[in-house]
Amino acid sequence: MNTSAHIDELKHTLHSLLNEAKLQGASAAEAGLNQENGLSVSVRLGEVETIEHHCDQGLGITVYFDQHKGSASTSDLSPDSIKETVRAACSIARYTSSDFCAGLPEHNLLQTEFPELDLYHPWSLTTDDAIDLATHCENTALNFHPAISNSEGASINSHQGIYILGNSLGFLHGYATTRHSLSCSVLAQAGDSMQRDFWYTVARNALHLDSPEQVGKTAAERTVRRLNARSLTPRQCPVLYSANIASGLFGSLIGAISGGALYRKSTFLLDCLDTLIFPEFVHIHEQPYLLGALGSAAYDNEGVATHTRDIVNQGLLRSYVLNSYSARKLGMQSTGNAGGIHNLTIESGTQTFAELLTTMDTGLYVTELMGQGVNIVTGDYSRGAAGFWVEHGVIQYPVEEITIAGNLKDMFKAIIAIGNDVDLRGNVRTGSVLIEHMSIAGV
Amino acid sequence: MELLLLAKNNLLASTGITDQDIEKVLNSLLSSPLDTADIYFQSTHSESWVLENGIIKEGHHSIEQGAGIRAVIGEKTGFAYTDRLELPMLMTATQHVKGILKQGQNAQVNLKNHRNAPILYPSLNPLKSLSDQQKVDLLQKIDRETRQLDSRIEEVIVSLLGEHEHILVVDQNGQLTADIRPLVRLNVTVIMLDNGRREQGSMGGGERSNYQYFIDEERALNYGKEAVRLALVNLEATAAPAGNMTVVLGPGWPGILLHEAIGHGLEGDFNRKGTSAFSGRVGERVASSLCTVVDDGSLQGRRGSLTIDDEGTATQQTVLIENGILKGYLQDKLNARLMGVAPTGNGRRESYASLPLPRMTNTYMLPGQDDPEEIIASVQHGLYAKNFAGGQVDITSGKFVFSASEAYLIEHGKITRPVKGATLIGNGPEVLTRVSMVGNDLALDSGVGTCGKEGQSVPVGVGQPTLKIDGLTVGGTHIA
Repeated sequence: MNTSAHIDELKHTLHSLLNEAKLQGASAAEAGLNQENGLSVSVRLGEVETIEHHCDQGLGITVYFDQHKGSASTSDLSPDSIKETVRAACSIARYTSSDFCAGLPEHNLLQTEFPELDLYHPWSLTTDDAIDLATHCENTALNFHPAISNSEGASINSHQGIYILGNSLGFLHGYATTRHSLSCSVLAQAGDSMQRDFWYTVARNALHLDSPEQVGKTAAERTVRRLNARSLTPRQCPVLYSANIASGLFGSLIGAISGGALYRKSTFLLDCLDTLIFPEFVHIHEQPYLLGALGSAAYDNEGVATHTRDIVNQGLLRSYVLNSYSARKLGMQSTGNAGGIHNLTIESGTQTFAELLTTMDTGLYVTELMGQGVNIVTGDYSRGAAGFWVEHGVIQYPVEEITIAGNLKDMFKAIIAIGNDVDLRGNVRTGSVLIEHMSIAGV
Repeated sequence: MELLLLAKNNLLASTGITDQDIEKVLNSLLSSPLDTADIYFQSTHSESWVLENGIIKEGHHSIEQGAGIRAVIGEKTGFAYTDRLELPMLMTATQHVKGILKQGQNAQVNLKNHRNAPILYPSLNPLKSLSDQQKVDLLQKIDRETRQLDSRIEEVIVSLLGEHEHILVVDQNGQLTADIRPLVRLNVTVIMLDNGRREQGSMGGGERSNYQYFIDEERALNYGKEAVRLALVNLEATAAPAGNMTVVLGPGWPGILLHEAIGHGLEGDFNRKGTSAFSGRVGERVASSLCTVVDDGSLQGRRGSLTIDDEGTATQQTVLIENGILKGYLQDKLNARLMGVAPTGNGRRESYASLPLPRMTNTYMLPGQDDPEEIIASVQHGLYAKNFAGGQVDITSGKFVFSASEAYLIEHGKITRPVKGATLIGNGPEVLTRVSMVGNDLALDSGVGTCGKEGQSVPVGVGQPTLKIDGLTVGGTHIA
């Protein structure tokens, strides 16, 4: 597909959609259009399990009649359906209330520069290639250790998409992205104990994926090391979050400083701007312009320009995470975060993972969390966990069927160190995080 | 038959796709030997309305439609879909699917109209059951009346969701089955402030009917009352205990225990592959003899109910555990065939764009003999958990969690003070063996459950009577 021609065609569709909204009487409108396609192949125990061809499209429109808002979406992009969708949005706007905060972003906040962010790298992957890669990955895992007893398989996903956004202030832009991933999940058995774990690699550019051997080996290692896990009796102790799950802690931070939680006063970080919420060594940035990164974007879901900025500096909360609506509710300005954050980067410390274990000395190294036990209103935190018990900086044995609990406000302040083992696979980039003490429950 | 015509009319009339076109697609698909094949047509109209800060803040209308085409040989599945209901797009998708198949002879299958199972819910469009003005008025009434309940209420958020889904499944024998599925849900969240402390309470419900459900018996207004009650309990709550103790679970929604601890581990795919902690254990004791657990997709109007599943199989009541003994698994067509058993009507998919998987419908435990008050009175020291937020399970290790959102200490046989929500963790194959009392007060949940598996969400129901479990880990912060 000729991407730029296709983007132009979809821009045209979007433009006529915005015109249609105007014709139907809307004073302002905003619309987004996406087309995605991809291939997913999974193999299990050396045999192909599924081959899926994906092909999705969608269109969403929001209209404003003065400050009455209505929205509608459809997966059918035929001209009739587009008209019908605009009509549905307009009809809804007749029944919503006038809301002084509703409306398009301020004109001067819209993005006007569109740097190349290196997000589009199509992969000419045939189904047979995909099968070979996945098979190779799974084989590595299956042959890694005699305790590996079964498999949930390995799978390859390769997707590309085009995203167009426009509004009646004249903003109209589109871009294409790709996303490729390889994952593997295997089981290990020892006596009555059966365990499963997985690993994956993901990148915009297939050349940046970890090798199938690396993914398979890591999946197998992670599985085998969980065998013969025990529980722990209740105690207070230090907890070390592995880098891949520590991202969740900062995800909760973003939830707590997001406009919606703030204007509803339903956050444990209410009125905390410019106060110390972390120890002074903690710095957290938003980096929307990282080349080729998974969370990069020059503008948010409303077309507002994104900015490289500090969220936390020397432990102080320096900025909220706002869209236009929540910004107006708070009497502030949008931070370009309609739809979320773009590459939240937690500045890493100097310690390696091994050094973090030594710093912790005796405590819990957590590698898996279960459940949704995080209350953003109060900061109360209680989740199921699995990992390893550590004594004198050395891993002793795997643990499971335990909970870890605390309050996020205290946990943030009790961070002792952040490792340099940064996990780059997501929108939150952090190393492992050591927390001075939490409550553990188990048998 | 009327249902089939209605569904066909809704899905295909405007697209120009005829029975002959469907036969053409099917015969192209079947031009190789295969075990299962289907074409799944779906269209879903949905809407949502949100009230916040006393005003109707948002309304959204959505149309999703498309067709998924699947072919299965042995354990291999080929799948493609299109959101354009046009013959050339269906043929292209079919070509993609045939990538996994060996070429074979020409097939000749003709469409047959399948007799439908008894219909469990009305086919009328719930989105039209109230005018838009009436919907808005309902939300405002709930807001007004809820705010009057307590001066400490800072914010009331009310959301109303409605969905009208048409599906048409054509299987490899040319059998056509259809379903028209309404689904409504209403939720009330309140935020309360007392002495500088802020807490939230939420309550909602719904079923497969229409918006009148929320007006009948003043249900929606009662959700508001219940949300306020929950926020008030939270305002009083102190640190939850940490450690292993006797836990009494209230009736209804705490049945999420069964969903996480038992249900997922009994889904056919995991058991065929031998990856579940319950694999190969049919006939063994996995619960105390007081426990009988069923999954029933054929209950009238429930959120988890389906007249037919997404493969066209009629739903049924499936006994999972009978008097403590594991009886069977939840099956879709693929896993049932590979395990040599019959499908149980549990083949479900989020939409035409996803493959069917064995999934739960309404999962609950049958009532026992005990008076709930006697169950509480029998506990010297423990936790009474009445409401839950959500849960998760690792089906291989069997470890599961569910998070209490309303809990109390039990001291010397009496419920004393509320404690903060905490995660409870246990081992699926063990937890029900420690059930020592089962109440006579079976209740099903209010109709808010959504289950996620492999990225696909489907509506489900749960239920149970009051249960006493002798030993479950409570993940609080207070270490005795």
